[in-house]
Amino acid sequence: MTAETPWLSLAIWIPILFGAAVLATGADRNARIARWLALIGSVIGFLVTIPLFTGFDTGTSAFQFVELKPWIDRFNINYHLGVDGISMLFVLLNSLITVLVIIAGWQVIQSRVAQYMAAFLIMSGLMNGVFSALDGMLFYVFFEATLIPMYLVIGVWGGPNRVYAAFKFFLYTLLGSLLLLVGFIYLYVQSNNSFSIPDWFNVPIAMTPQILLFFAFLAAFSVKVPMWPVHTWLPDAHVEAPTGGSMVLAAIMLKLGTYGFIRFSLPILPDASRELAWLIIALSLIAVVYIGLVAMVQSDMKKLVAYSSVAHMGFVTLGFFLFNSIGVEGALIQALSHGFVSAAMFFCIGVMYDRLHSRQIADYGGVVNSMPKFAAFMMLFSMANAGLPATSGFVGEFMVVLGAMKTNFWVAFVAGTALITGAAYTLWMYKRVIFGAIVNPHVAEMEDINRREFLVLGLLAIAVLAMGIYPFPFTEVMHASVADLLKHVAAGKL
Amino acid sequence: MNSTLQLIMPAYPEVFLLIMTSIILMVDLYLPERRRYLTYLLSQVTLLGCAILTIGMLQATNGETAFAFNDMFVGDVMSDVLKLVTYIAVSAYFAYSRVYLADRKLLSGDFFVLSLFSMLGMMVMISANHLIALYVGLELMSLCLYALIALNRDSAQSTEAAMKYFVLGALASGLLLYGMSMLYGATGTLYIREIADVIASGQANHIVLVFGLVFIVAGVAFKLGAVPFHMWIPDVYHGATNAVTLFIGTASKLAGFAMAIRLLVSGLLPLAFDWQMMLIILAVLSLAVGNVVAIAQTNIKRMLGYSAISHMGFVILGLLAGVVDGNTFGAANAYSAAMFYAVIYVLMGLGAFGMVLLLSREGFEAENLSDFKGLNQRSPWYAFMMLLVMFAMAGVPPTAGFYAKLAVLEPLIAAGHVWLAVFAVICSVIGAFYYLRVVKLMYFDEPEDTSPLQAGLDMRMVLSANGLSMLVLGILPGPLMALCLYAAQSL
Repeated sequence: MTAETPWLSLAIWIPILFGAAVLATGADRNARIARWLALIGSVIGFLVTIPLFTGFDTGTSAFQFVELKPWIDRFNINYHLGVDGISMLFVLLNSLITVLVIIAGWQVIQSRVAQYMAAFLIMSGLMNGVFSALDGMLFYVFFEATLIPMYLVIGVWGGPNRVYAAFKFFLYTLLGSLLLLVGFIYLYVQSNNSFSIPDWFNVPIAMTPQILLFFAFLAAFSVKVPMWPVHTWLPDAHVEAPTGGSMVLAAIMLKLGTYGFIRFSLPILPDASRELAWLIIALSLIAVVYIGLVAMVQSDMKKLVAYSSVAHMGFVTLGFFLFNSIGVEGALIQALSHGFVSAAMFFCIGVMYDRLHSRQIADYGGVVNSMPKFAAFMMLFSMANAGLPATSGFVGEFMVVLGAMKTNFWVAFVAGTALITGAAYTLWMYKRVIFGAIVNPHVAEMEDINRREFLVLGLLAIAVLAMGIYPFPFTEVMHASVADLLKHVAAGKL
Repeated sequence: MNSTLQLIMPAYPEVFLLIMTSIILMVDLYLPERRRYLTYLLSQVTLLGCAILTIGMLQATNGETAFAFNDMFVGDVMSDVLKLVTYIAVSAYFAYSRVYLADRKLLSGDFFVLSLFSMLGMMVMISANHLIALYVGLELMSLCLYALIALNRDSAQSTEAAMKYFVLGALASGLLLYGMSMLYGATGTLYIREIADVIASGQANHIVLVFGLVFIVAGVAFKLGAVPFHMWIPDVYHGATNAVTLFIGTASKLAGFAMAIRLLVSGLLPLAFDWQMMLIILAVLSLAVGNVVAIAQTNIKRMLGYSAISHMGFVILGLLAGVVDGNTFGAANAYSAAMFYAVIYVLMGLGAFGMVLLLSREGFEAENLSDFKGLNQRSPWYAFMMLLVMFAMAGVPPTAGFYAKLAVLEPLIAAGHVWLAVFAVICSVIGAFYYLRVVKLMYFDEPEDTSPLQAGLDMRMVLSANGLSMLVLGILPGPLMALCLYAAQSL
């Protein structure tokens, strides 16, 4: 295994090295070079993740593409990488979204271009590291390091209230993750000085420490997801972030939290997870229903999509804690689908914002008259966001509701209402923005999407439809890993 | 003759430094102002020579502990490593201060000689195996520092700071001496290692020992700048010229750490139960006060002063995790963690104060946080260096500061102080706020002052290396950690 090409290392380090190279192009007079270099880096970064998919053995739940080298002997920390059916698709998603983000920022970003592009490339590499780390400390280093570029992206290229949003984003997530660090060190001590995640799966832990650790993990991951009631940083961060920042934040960074739940909380603390599943289910349902209603009354498009993200992520956490394979797989599909759909929604808003410099729903109306192609694309993504069949949004939500039905009818019932609220807020926004009479004279002057924007939207549309119509390849990849995980959770550690 | 030379072998770097400093003192008298760079070069060469001697010692002793001057002076891996870090700190200090001081007509031979003598005092402290030797080192260091703070003698602020530091420092020395006399009274010896033996044998009066211990801990806490013995820090940091603040904020902390190791660990380990309790209080207060008060500062030197207080809280956390229920099983682990933290802190402090010096120029002191505004547009490279330093101080990976926190938290949790660890991380979230604010000023704001940065080549190189060391040690912290462990095991 080790003699093969280290695809995961390439997926991590190629974007980071290209990011450093882009950074070195320096001032804005070299912006052209910086853009092309960033595009090349992100495309290569995506291409090296394709062998992960094509070479993936769907028959096993073991970690694949494993790389293991000692890193810090003093604490027995290893550079240990590997993916299973749960994490592999996220690496692909992340690398693909990075390409789109680079293209999305092509013209919009005119100041400090090199730093902008570099921040996204470096962030992409770091997040690939999060998804493929098999050493707790390596995971933590990548997990935390993503904060730095995101903080800068929001703060430097963000909207008027960007400083507040950047601080809120950073401090919120830092508090959560430092508690995670304490939890990791506790596990290290418990497991006889090992930071290896596969080792942690088998460390016996008593109930009380499991519960405490569960809350420490919850602090870190629930902020990242974000779950109600610690979601308040997200609307602020989204509203102030530039389009690319919102895309990465929604598509990938939120997945770090959900990934944390499924990689750490469930297998390492199975008994506490079962014991406290009611709590997560309750919080998830609140997110799904309450945040869905909050989304409905937003007047700012970005805020609306941000709240809808919180509601959609509620489905993901709900699915995880149902402990049946259809629920967990549905949740993972939902997470992937949300990656495409939310990125597309934020990009759509970005496209309109670039033309009118407003995110207020009230400033628009009748956009379809001036931008018919754009309106068609946005229609598709709005439908996907609402969970219409044949789009990726439907598959995940449907599977989670199905899984919930197996556990408890009322949980399924409440979750099912989200399909209605989701349709309501998304389509209502779509109606107000795209249809109707042109009230604002500037809307009539808006130009339809150019080829660059068409490319981004087209790729996202293909992904959304492919996942919606034929999700089998995706579920097949995760099937063995999810089954093994559930067996592990059911067995418990006590 | 030959045997005498061999007898003092562990003290070769000190002897060399003493001779060279005296030579520099004499040579400088005959140098005209425009040739002052020779003094600078000579000082750097001296540091290099010391480093070579110390590295030679490290290899020659091969981990063995060597004594000199009737066992008053000890040379072990701990002392060698700490001395090497001190040389690095002082060398960077000279490099950062040269242009700054020359612009202010303060670049005199006195500066170099006082600094080197102060360093000599630190080295004696680091290697002390005798209470009097330790005290003499401490006083040598402190007296030179008092003079250095007042280097700019026309500045009322500097003089005031020197006066404050002198009065409080003298008080702390008094406390320390009183504590030492108690230890001597109880154990009948001044040799640090013998004190430990006598206490372990159970012959010493416990009440007297604990009484003395309180004063010793107070003295150590003063030098480290731990709450509630921190009052001098903000004023002295603020009042001293930026260059001297750098020196106090970095190298002298290392000496304070060495003092804590020598007194508490080498000498009073059998009393660990008692002093660990005291250190818990110091650590908790330092973390809370340092981080919270730093938020309110608008002066970067004061802010870094409070930040130093909170960092010392972390060092103390490492020191107090060594002995669990009388079991010293995890001791080397914990002390190496504290040492690693202290070393990383010195590097971070050098970087931060180095940036303050870089932004200052003739007739302008970059003292306020607002002076960092828009640095990214003035100089992306140095803004990036400061970014690395600030994130390192906040303890965010992949910078070295994160591993320092990790190293300290691990023994702390292993020792069962989980809640102390949780408290520490909550304090560091509070602390992250003001480090982020510096990053915000540099990256998010527009510059108020667009004049280009001026610095000599030496400063540019050293500062860049300093900043990048945050990243390099962040990606490969293993060797330094292993070295610290090796050093702690030699105790």
